[in-house]
Amino acid sequence: MITRREKIAGGVANFIDERTGAAKWVKKNLQKVFPDHWSFMLGEIALYSFIILLLSGTFLTFWFVPSQEELVYNGSYQPLNGVKMSAAYESTLNISFDVRGGLLMRQVHHWAALLFLAAMVAHLMRVFFTGAFRKPRELNWIFGVALLTLGIVEGFLGYSLPDDLLSGTGIRIAEAIIQAIPVIGTYLAFFAFGGDFPGELFIPRIYTVHVLLLPGIFLALITVHLMLVWYQKHTQYPGAGRTEKNVVGYPLLPVYMAKAGGFFFIVFGVTVLLGAFASINPIWIFGPYTPTQISAGSQPDWYMGWLDGLVRMAPPLETYLFGYTISWNILIPGLIVPGIIFTGMALYPFIEAWATGDKREHHLLDRPRNAPTRTAIGAMSLTFMVVALINGGNDLIATHFNLSINQIMWGTRIGIIILPPLAYVITKRICLSLQRYDRELVLHGRETGRLVMLPHGEYIEVHEPISPEKAYQLTQHEQALPLEAPGPDTNGVAPRGSLKSKVRARLSKAMLGEQIAKPTADDVKALEGGHH
Amino acid sequence: MAPTLLVVGLFLIGGIYSIAATPNNATASNARSALIEEGKNIFLRGCSSCHGLNAEGGKVAPSLIGVGAASVDFQVATGRMPMGDMSVQAMRKKPVYNAQEIAALAAYVASLAPGPAIPTAEQLDYERDGNIAEGGELFRTNCAMCHNAAAQGGALTAGKYAPTLMGVEPVHIYEAMITGPQAMPVFGDRAITPEEKLSIIKWVKSVESEGNFAGASLGKVGPVTEGLVAWVVGIGSLIAIAVWLATKAR
Amino acid sequence: MSNQLEPLADPGLPHHVHRKADTDPAAEKRAERQVSILFLLSTAGTLLFIYSFIWIPTDLFVFVPLLGNINAHNLGIGAGLGFALFFIGAGAVHWAKTLMPDEEVIAQRHQMRSSDEDRASFVETVKAEAGKVQLGRRSMIKRSLGLALGLVGLSPIILLRDLGPLPEQRLLKTTWDKGVRIVTDPGNRPMKPEDLEVGAIAHVLPQIDDPEHRKLSDIAKDAAILIRVRPAELKLSEERMSWTHEGIIAFSKICSHMGCPVALYEQQTKHLLCPCHQSTFDVPTGAKVIFGPAARPLPQLAITVDSEGYLVAAAPFDEPVGPSFWERNI
Repeated sequence: MITRREKIAGGVANFIDERTGAAKWVKKNLQKVFPDHWSFMLGEIALYSFIILLLSGTFLTFWFVPSQEELVYNGSYQPLNGVKMSAAYESTLNISFDVRGGLLMRQVHHWAALLFLAAMVAHLMRVFFTGAFRKPRELNWIFGVALLTLGIVEGFLGYSLPDDLLSGTGIRIAEAIIQAIPVIGTYLAFFAFGGDFPGELFIPRIYTVHVLLLPGIFLALITVHLMLVWYQKHTQYPGAGRTEKNVVGYPLLPVYMAKAGGFFFIVFGVTVLLGAFASINPIWIFGPYTPTQISAGSQPDWYMGWLDGLVRMAPPLETYLFGYTISWNILIPGLIVPGIIFTGMALYPFIEAWATGDKREHHLLDRPRNAPTRTAIGAMSLTFMVVALINGGNDLIATHFNLSINQIMWGTRIGIIILPPLAYVITKRICLSLQRYDRELVLHGRETGRLVMLPHGEYIEVHEPISPEKAYQLTQHEQALPLEAPGPDTNGVAPRGSLKSKVRARLSKAMLGEQIAKPTADDVKALEGGHH
Repeated sequence: MAPTLLVVGLFLIGGIYSIAATPNNATASNARSALIEEGKNIFLRGCSSCHGLNAEGGKVAPSLIGVGAASVDFQVATGRMPMGDMSVQAMRKKPVYNAQEIAALAAYVASLAPGPAIPTAEQLDYERDGNIAEGGELFRTNCAMCHNAAAQGGALTAGKYAPTLMGVEPVHIYEAMITGPQAMPVFGDRAITPEEKLSIIKWVKSVESEGNFAGASLGKVGPVTEGLVAWVVGIGSLIAIAVWLATKAR
Repeated sequence: MSNQLEPLADPGLPHHVHRKADTDPAAEKRAERQVSILFLLSTAGTLLFIYSFIWIPTDLFVFVPLLGNINAHNLGIGAGLGFALFFIGAGAVHWAKTLMPDEEVIAQRHQMRSSDEDRASFVETVKAEAGKVQLGRRSMIKRSLGLALGLVGLSPIILLRDLGPLPEQRLLKTTWDKGVRIVTDPGNRPMKPEDLEVGAIAHVLPQIDDPEHRKLSDIAKDAAILIRVRPAELKLSEERMSWTHEGIIAFSKICSHMGCPVALYEQQTKHLLCPCHQSTFDVPTGAKVIFGPAARPLPQLAITVDSEGYLVAAAPFDEPVGPSFWERNI
């Protein structure tokens, strides 16, 4: 007996299948298996934040006026009545005070932007520390780094649209960076701004980039990023029953759809609640942008704070050659160092693969402790960024903790050089200690805390053997040997490309040289034979 | 007979006049001298160890000759003076002296040399004489670079700072502008007119009393606190929820 | 190292543990009720949203503990919409966790690499079909095609030429010139030396014909500051001293580092601090940089008084103001 509901569903399915032949691939994909772990949801937070940005952003475009034409404000916010401002700023005030729900949508949009970038960074860290960027996912990693870079630009352009004092200052800084580029800098700046700073064309131009060009690129990149995840199947953590050749998890229909779909609503809900309870970017307090005004404690949004911090701590270096000026104090922190960081990030999968000589596919994730060098490199980079970020807020830290900005600046100047290597060493040691701990767990079991006195008077702590599943999980990882550089042949002639292979061998030794040998089946059997 | 009467009458009129006229002036100037004397005593007890016995200044404190009653009222009524410790900047704290004592100190210092006077209530009627929007423009050009666009305060070099203006009496804001305390520059009446000063005060007071349009204010200092909240509250709560989501139900 | 030796054996997926709702009908009913309550909380949120949007006045402020005086309209619609969305999600997730099947499923992975046969047939096909084009033989076509595509690729770059004017002299000149009066910012009032006390700073702009309609692009280069110190406190060369007037010294307000207005004047130390990156300039020595990333002092503006006693510029700036650029000293 076919129910009415089944009849309607059947009709719809038939309609679509007769036109697209969708039945086969929809069925296949509805059964697709996704592993379930909370750390796999960080990328989802970024994806859902992007959707929220599209929705809230579209709302805002219905009222925002992207024009720098000057007018006099005459609206409901008293303290600005009679003040000259651009139409962009005035329309933002209008959205905030005269459009019901306008201020909420502005807040949702800006909070979603902060969450979008924070989630991308958290997701990047998860992917990095678990080695999920290894073959076949190196391309996806590069797309991810591109998404992060574009996200930073998109956010900067977005909060600059209202043309308020705080974001206008940020644009001034950006123009100074462009202008400082040797040979072509002034031309680039004049082309970008349509003349000198601030001109009248910058806001309308970045509006087009912010609502059309970059979202278009995002949609394409995100689609490719997700398609690759879909096609290559998601990675999974090691554990009992999980191998390089399978995926263990839940099917798309119904569990994954419900959980992922539900999580979308949760992310949306949390973002709107932030917009309801926490004030963000109150542009009416800052006032409209004019190049003669500045507020104490001016910072960019957090994802550019590290750039600001680097610029603040840069030494005052400029060189003058035949009348030409090269501003190292701007180029190094503003372009060169960020360029090295992002290029290094993008190429890292290939560098690591070259250093380890590993050309195989990897679908099982690494526990960070089992890749101590990689984890230490990650900790070192994070430390660098955090020190830079802290310096970006040095004046606020000074006022709130009664310190001197000069001392904080010197502290971070020195800190950014000595703290990252320190973080590397400490992290590596911690990873190796954790490996030792894992080995102890497998061989001797878990400490229960119960003390027992043996007949001959010795006190021992009772150890409980861990489950076979746990023992397997702790020993499932591979421990490759470092590559060796080919030495000179029997005639004492060094092989071709020997410098390259020497460097490779060195890197390989750094990556793989120091590991705690994981216990084998024989080790366990030997222990079981005569253990206490 | 008639000339005698005339002379007696003249004496009478003159005498009555002199008796009636003098007491007011005498009490007024007596009262003022008493105040200055009281101020001098307080000064010698509580201020001279740093500022010198004749307020001429010394190694650790500047001269007070010519600073005017306004400076004294600002520094002492906001508790900045006497200074708690010899740090880079005098901090606002609970005043040590009461209103009467402060008035006495101010009178004493004013008596040493001419200087800015304490503005009267009539001169401080910012509700009547000030213009909020003009005040905001003036504040953003002249004050926001040190005190922050929302008057929350900001950092100066070497541990000095421009304090927040929230909760500051209008009279003290006015006095600070005309006396330029410590690191703050002087904003004389010809650079920023008295009416412009009242506009600034009116704007500051409106910021103080303005409600938050969109939830808790997070300190009104901008992206630093917003970024912290995004990570700690936003990502933090979402990770907590993700952990719940991926945990097997009982 | 142990990777040649035998690792521990894979014990396989752990035995499936049933949830309470799988075996106990009462627990199942309870889970259903919980999910439904979550969805109903969402509807309550939407009702709050609708009510707040329509009936709460937009200018009403309420006191909420921990948050202060906040706008009730934004709070009402935000909390309403936020909870409406959140509880749909919470309900869906709770439903999946407690009631939907939670047996783990295993699917097989296939190697990304295509099979050798597929690869061979790919190479064959491409060689055969592409070979028919015979590009190798047709070098004239190859070269002319390359030229055509290369040249047309230039057209977008050429089309963008009018994005902006060439810089030419724009970065080198400001409105300041000999005899231009100094006026206050805001207010546009001309200034006399007696308007400025020792220890004061004034924000100024050049006087122009239509002060109500200054262009921001001009202000961005014209903004200047006047600082008054005691003449004896200035430590300048003779030439630079002649650019001051009775202890009043004028500088460009635009930071030589990245262009923020430098206006934090510390009266006692006579330091000027730029709040953006904390570059610090020492006024008595001509705004020399004493801390921070700025590499050059602030340009000094020569000033004097005119016949009516008003402060005027004695000459234009002798160098470009604002941030550095490649051709700055050409």
